[in-house]
Amino acid sequence: MAKVVIDPVYCKGCGLCFAVCPKGLLKTGDKVNAKGYAYAMQENEEQCTACKLCAIMCPDAAITVYK
Amino acid sequence: MESVYQRSKALSAASTSFCPGCMHSTAVKLICEVSEELGIQDDLVIMAPIGCAVYLGVFVQFDSFGAPHGRPAATGTGFKRSNPDVPLILYQGDGDCASIGIAETLHAANRGEGFTVIMINNQVYGMTGGQAAPTTLPGQKTTTSQYGKITEDMGDVIKLAEIIASFNAPKYVTRQSLHTPKNILAAKKAIKKALEIQINEGGYSYVELMSSCPTNWKMDPKDTPKYMEEVVLKEFPVGDLKG
Repeated sequence: MAKVVIDPVYCKGCGLCFAVCPKGLLKTGDKVNAKGYAYAMQENEEQCTACKLCAIMCPDAAITVYK
Repeated sequence: MESVYQRSKALSAASTSFCPGCMHSTAVKLICEVSEELGIQDDLVIMAPIGCAVYLGVFVQFDSFGAPHGRPAATGTGFKRSNPDVPLILYQGDGDCASIGIAETLHAANRGEGFTVIMINNQVYGMTGGQAAPTTLPGQKTTTSQYGKITEDMGDVIKLAEIIASFNAPKYVTRQSLHTPKNILAAKKAIKKALEIQINEGGYSYVELMSSCPTNWKMDPKDTPKYMEEVVLKEFPVGDLKG
């Protein structure tokens, strides 16, 4: 069972992680952080394989990957 | 569950001041990860440039200092010659390194000063509002080339990595990109190699990282990797040029 945790403090909602996820599990969330950015969220967590591509792509080091 | 990828401890708790999707943040993240892997996060000194990365010292746990616009190579020379055992990174942008400070950059490279230059090339002057730089692509629209850059008037593209690679002194010269996970891992490897050369054998190393500027390119950050792959990297091919 793998999952990613996106830190709302650091995520700026740029969306660079969306395209690199092989399963397309990441999308813009409906919540807004303190800076006013709609940060990313993961859906269908059970399909995540912890490939780390989203975390490598994330410029702001907002993603932690668990396996 | 254990974490297999987490935020580098060399990054400070502060969120970077870069725009969403700007690959400056990726470069800072990679430097922090490499310093952690090499175990030099307590020794490393990083030089913040004038430009978007002027607050660099706030985002990282290393000691840092600044220099006048374009002059990190001159100030860094003084620092490195008086502290030869301290690993030093000059973090510069393309306006800083390839335009305003090109004289300092080239002479420091030709002398083979013992530091590592990490140059973030996003083809515009970011902080001042997206003016054309010497690295701006022919035909590219910026605030000072509103109908596209005309090379007859503004000069052709300066490819700094190729110029530096033509000198004898530099030990390692490379150009990498930050637009895909594969390229990011290659860029990380290049930064690590440059720092290892500096620490183990001494000498000059230059790593140019192709980056995006979604704000001044007036582009959605999600579209920048495709643009970089199809347009930017045709003009600036990635790969090792020396060493």
